[in-house]
Amino acid sequence: MSRRFSPKVVTANRLREGDVVYLTADDRWSPLHTEAELIEDEAHAQLRLLHAAAQKLQVVGAYLADARPGPNGPEPTHFREEFRSRGPSNYAHGKQADGKQAELPNV
Amino acid sequence: MYDYTDFDESFVRARVAQFTQQVERRLDGSLTEEEFRPLRLMNGLYLQLHAYMLRVAIPYGTINPRQMRQLAMIAQTYDKGYGHFTTRQNIQFNWPKLPDVPAILSALADVGMHAIQTSGNTVRNVTADHFAGAAADEIEDPRPYAELLRQWSTDHPEFQFLPRKFKIAITGSPHDRAVTRAHDIGLRMVRNAAGEPGFEVLVGGGLGRTPIIGAVVRDFLPVADLLPYVEAVLSVYNTLGRRDNKYKARIKITLQETGKEELSRMIEARFAEMRPLFGGADQRLLEDIRAAFAPPAFRNAPDGAFDDFYKADPVFRAWADTNLAAHRAPGYAIVTISLKAHGQTPGDATAEQMRLIADLAERYGHSEIRISHEQNVILPHVHKSDLPALHAALSQAGLATANIGLVSDIIACPGMDYCALATARSIPVAQEIATRFQELDLEHEIGPLKIKISGCINACGHHHVGHIGILGLDRAGVENYQITLGGDGTETAAIGEKMGPGFAYDQVVPAVERLLRTYLDLRTDAGETFLAATRRLGLGPFKTALYGEGARDAA
Repeated sequence: MSRRFSPKVVTANRLREGDVVYLTADDRWSPLHTEAELIEDEAHAQLRLLHAAAQKLQVVGAYLADARPGPNGPEPTHFREEFRSRGPSNYAHGKQADGKQAELPNV
Repeated sequence: MYDYTDFDESFVRARVAQFTQQVERRLDGSLTEEEFRPLRLMNGLYLQLHAYMLRVAIPYGTINPRQMRQLAMIAQTYDKGYGHFTTRQNIQFNWPKLPDVPAILSALADVGMHAIQTSGNTVRNVTADHFAGAAADEIEDPRPYAELLRQWSTDHPEFQFLPRKFKIAITGSPHDRAVTRAHDIGLRMVRNAAGEPGFEVLVGGGLGRTPIIGAVVRDFLPVADLLPYVEAVLSVYNTLGRRDNKYKARIKITLQETGKEELSRMIEARFAEMRPLFGGADQRLLEDIRAAFAPPAFRNAPDGAFDDFYKADPVFRAWADTNLAAHRAPGYAIVTISLKAHGQTPGDATAEQMRLIADLAERYGHSEIRISHEQNVILPHVHKSDLPALHAALSQAGLATANIGLVSDIIACPGMDYCALATARSIPVAQEIATRFQELDLEHEIGPLKIKISGCINACGHHHVGHIGILGLDRAGVENYQITLGGDGTETAAIGEKMGPGFAYDQVVPAVERLLRTYLDLRTDAGETFLAATRRLGLGPFKTALYGEGARDAA
């Protein structure tokens, strides 16, 4: 039996601005992790990643990142993804300053 | 300092025009990311965690007030109002947008700056002693040689696709402030028995996942042979270097695999071929370059006000004791402006601070500014009588922190707050250590200490050569910090020793505090530095401080 697939989101950086975005179920790129499509099936994940990688004029470096369901939508599970969803810790720059940080528990 | 010739100017402008078109073609879809990526990296543009990052070269750490003001303008117009000075004497902008980068490069070209070869498998920015041209212990200003190396290596057709990046550091003093022993090539000026200046040449040093102190391949290289010799080293490396494995591609691995004797023999053989080909053109060029680095007309004036202030003002005295270094000219001092205010990000300067530094350099410093690999700014030539006024002006802008060479003068890489390669954060660890020791009011009591923090094994924060080195790792999805002790980046270079299991993020500051309290308990007197104490006592007592009794045998 194969190992249980851990849920994923598709994430990338926007080509022009370079900021972090997430692929939503309705094919938008959202700056909010909570709006990402939480993908629970491996085959579907690969399809969504292909879909993302094909959008060469919108995003760069799309990949699948581990996530888990939360009260307001998907939440990152790894600290790297948590930082990506928020911004740097030394200044209130990035998403946390743009009002684009989702309500996440303080890990 | 060296000003661009028409040749430099047109070369840089041509590159800006090229890259401008490449960005346009990326944005309209004519270039894929796979095609564009190597092009943007050749021009110093990375994609990091939250945004693009543009790394701008500050050749051998020398910059003039006009250039500093332009960096301030760029920070304010295209970024978030600040820049980050790095451990390779460069500046990084953390938030540029791709469509703006051509305009930024064009603004840099306006003041003779660029981002060429700040990335990629090329010869990177040549770093130098940040006290070059000013230090009392200097044999000769190393910057004309560094500029010669810059011109020779820029767009050198043979060395654009080396097995891996290649870093050269140079110092004109026997005292090594440029970490020459941890570079691919380290050049340390020495004199031979006849009193002539030359270079001790080290090859194969480096930090990263395999830290190695460079090996001396030439005890004395006459200065006139510099270029053919360095070209010989590059040429041998270009042939032997491993292109099959990124982790074995640096010259330090070539050195280990080939052996010092055989590598030296190959370099000398290649050098014998190269030397006649140079025909003296390099030496004529060097003479022109040398003229551009003539020292300023030093003032011959009494330094009376300095002594009065030194006696009367304890704040000024504390700053003078830590932030000044001995200058070669009588009546002058080298001023280090700390970019390490307690709790701030090491190496960051706001646009306002950059402008003030530019103004003060013009008013008090013969218009010269340097950036150090320790992420501070230096005014290399300040007359002592101007120091009280300079200190007062710096104080107003939060730039008068008296901590050079102390606990809070920490080198930290950007870490996981910005860097896509990082495995843990480094900046907040540095901020918290600095803040804690300020609260304890212990840093002057502790004295000279170098703490260096890297957020991944690549070691941009030089943790291996920190007296206390801190390496941030990802251990099973949690930030974890390994501590090393006894590293040294000077002419007595040493790689720090790993102490034992790593510490959780919130345990790092207490661990450092235990180390330093142990040092205060065990040192012979205030004259014995932390590094000297670790060498005398061995690491045993410090292991006990970190892990408790019983850990000594187990570790």
